[in-house]
Amino acid sequence: MYRYDSFDQSIVAQRVAQFRDQTRRFLAGQLSEDEFRPLRLQNGLYVQKHAPMLRVAIPYGLLSSPQLRRLAHIARTFDRGYGHFTTRQNIQFNWPQLEDVPDILAELAEVEMHAIQTSGNCIRNTTSDPYAGVAGDELIDPRPWSELVRQWSTLHPEFAFLPRKFKIAVTGATADRVAILVHDIGAQAVRNAAGETGFRVAVGGGQGRTPIIGQVIREFLPGAELLNYFDAILRVYNRFGRRDNKYKARIKILVKEMTPPEFTRRVEAEWDRLRGGPGSVPPAEIARLAAHFADPPYRDLPRASLAYRAALADSRPFSQWASRNVVAHKRTGYAIVTLSLKKTGVPPGDATATQMDAIADLADRYSFGELRVTHEQNLVFADVLQADLYDLWTRLKTQGLATPNIGLLTDIVCCPGGDFCSLANAKSIPIAEAIQRRFDDLDYLHDLGAIELNMSGCMNACGHHHVGNIGILGVDKNGAEWYQISLGGAQGFKASLGKVIGPSFAAAEVPGVIEAIIAAYVEWRHPDEAFIDTLRRIGIDPFKERVYAPAH
Amino acid sequence: MPRLIKDGAVVDDRWTLLPEAYSLTDLPERGAVIVPFALWAAERGALRARGDVGVLLAPENDPADLGSDLAALPVIAVDFPQFTDGRGYSTARLLRERHRYAGELRAVGDVLRDQLYAMAECGFDAFVVREDRDADAALAGLADFDGVYAPTARSPQPWFRRRDDAAATDVWYPQL
Ligand code: SF4
Repeated sequence: MYRYDSFDQSIVAQRVAQFRDQTRRFLAGQLSEDEFRPLRLQNGLYVQKHAPMLRVAIPYGLLSSPQLRRLAHIARTFDRGYGHFTTRQNIQFNWPQLEDVPDILAELAEVEMHAIQTSGNCIRNTTSDPYAGVAGDELIDPRPWSELVRQWSTLHPEFAFLPRKFKIAVTGATADRVAILVHDIGAQAVRNAAGETGFRVAVGGGQGRTPIIGQVIREFLPGAELLNYFDAILRVYNRFGRRDNKYKARIKILVKEMTPPEFTRRVEAEWDRLRGGPGSVPPAEIARLAAHFADPPYRDLPRASLAYRAALADSRPFSQWASRNVVAHKRTGYAIVTLSLKKTGVPPGDATATQMDAIADLADRYSFGELRVTHEQNLVFADVLQADLYDLWTRLKTQGLATPNIGLLTDIVCCPGGDFCSLANAKSIPIAEAIQRRFDDLDYLHDLGAIELNMSGCMNACGHHHVGNIGILGVDKNGAEWYQISLGGAQGFKASLGKVIGPSFAAAEVPGVIEAIIAAYVEWRHPDEAFIDTLRRIGIDPFKERVYAPAH
Repeated sequence: MPRLIKDGAVVDDRWTLLPEAYSLTDLPERGAVIVPFALWAAERGALRARGDVGVLLAPENDPADLGSDLAALPVIAVDFPQFTDGRGYSTARLLRERHRYAGELRAVGDVLRDQLYAMAECGFDAFVVREDRDADAALAGLADFDGVYAPTARSPQPWFRRRDDAAATDVWYPQL
């Protein structure tokens, strides 16, 4: 993975020093609350319900085992012994003290990590495919490009104070594992007729209170022009995006109000002045970055592991786990493994310091000392020998990390909600748990197959409820916590936004509502038809009827 | 005399900023003044004749609208009504990089120490720090970083072209 050079290191060190001084001046009363807020936000520091919350970037989801151990150490030393992996490949600590944050940042800098721009109205952490470099369906490895974007966006001086936050996702694969169309910019690798590789660029997707699917504004952008084109998009947004109303300040509103053709015209005109200029990326630079992501020393294996096949036949729990949590690797004899952070009773995405240390050890032993964080709030070991899978599974089980539910109904994507977040309308974690408890029959869950359930505690949509096949949104009704259900959302290149099915429900009713939705699916599905496909075929009415049918 | 940061030092400011000047009668008889873009646009002939006049750009003003006046302007001030309004950063880069403006470019308004570094990268060389803040203390903000990755007005070559191991043949020379 990418290793810092002295310049990278000096930038994070200087950011730590700068933030230490800003914190000192704030505590000394030399910076007002209003002046300090944007500064601390640009370093990932919120003031939450109970304490500050610090969000640390995991650029494009890549972590090394020493980095994870450092996160465990921070959780233990400065927090209450756990961290929360978010839907944007970040990790959040919920209980740090403001005075400690500069020290935490210094600890992070030592392992080439930071919290730069994890919040605030600036370019946020760039997200990418958790299967980067190992999936069989890649046109290009997105990691060098993601790192290029990380560097360009870090402290980009022109875009330090945008109208609103700005999220970029990059993928090199033919399947969308990064929710490319719900980002401010989504860049997807494509090949043109001449066989050259470039990017299809979508702009203005997003969730929040005005969910919109991104518009493709350029079908083919030469890779060398990626940063110039991003500069052009950001400049148009920075100059013309609305600043009078924070709910209308995202780029999606600008694209809509300007109209996509006019927005595109302005971007293209701006790019015309930049293209071929100093910001165009020489092939040598991409090659330099790509060298950081060379394959690990794989073994040349002639065939799939026989021991693995035997273990699958022998152990039903193991094969059940493998069917959901293991996917094919580009190399024969290897596998990609997802560690589930969705065990019933544990807040989705949470990991304890003890688990983090254990995961780091397992990564060293089984996956070349690296792991990835997914936007579905799970972890991935990308390079596991098939022959080791049974051993790994046994060890993951003892840590509570082998719940065989990846992509299933109980693999709930969920924001911290009312238990932690001061913006929340309603709690989300207890609802997730109640649903997980209701659906505790593994065989039944596996029979239901892939169902994405996403939940957000308010319309900021950190839990990406708009793109959940089933979406749950916490709403406030006269000071009480209620839940609005939507159906039909989906990620991917054919992303769609869920539709609200009707009046909202009290917390205690939610598991029953999900049950009714699932019952309707079971009744209407064709053999082997996934939930989302049944939903798309028959529409939401049959589900609505089931949910709102008068009780017998 | 009021003070400002210019070329990395705190010095006396001989310019008077007149954000409320709507007509020529609002101007003092003599002395160096900075007038709003609207007044400049309406009275450019008279103002050019007077000499010692600079222009104040609001965030929504397009620097391209200064047209051929640009080269002759001794000073352009860019207003930051709030430090969180980042439009002035784009204005500065456009002035320096696109329109090749070489005169003094000063940041005025809600100008604070913690934004000076980014402003300097975008091409500002003068900073009128907010009145209630100490300009001498703010100077330190200019040294917050040694550089950034992206191409900027101050370093048109991005870091990947400045680094020691950047392939020499790739270096791009701006057409000046
Ligand atoms: S969706 Fe709302 S409640 Fe949930 S984390 Fe985001 S802001 Fe907080």
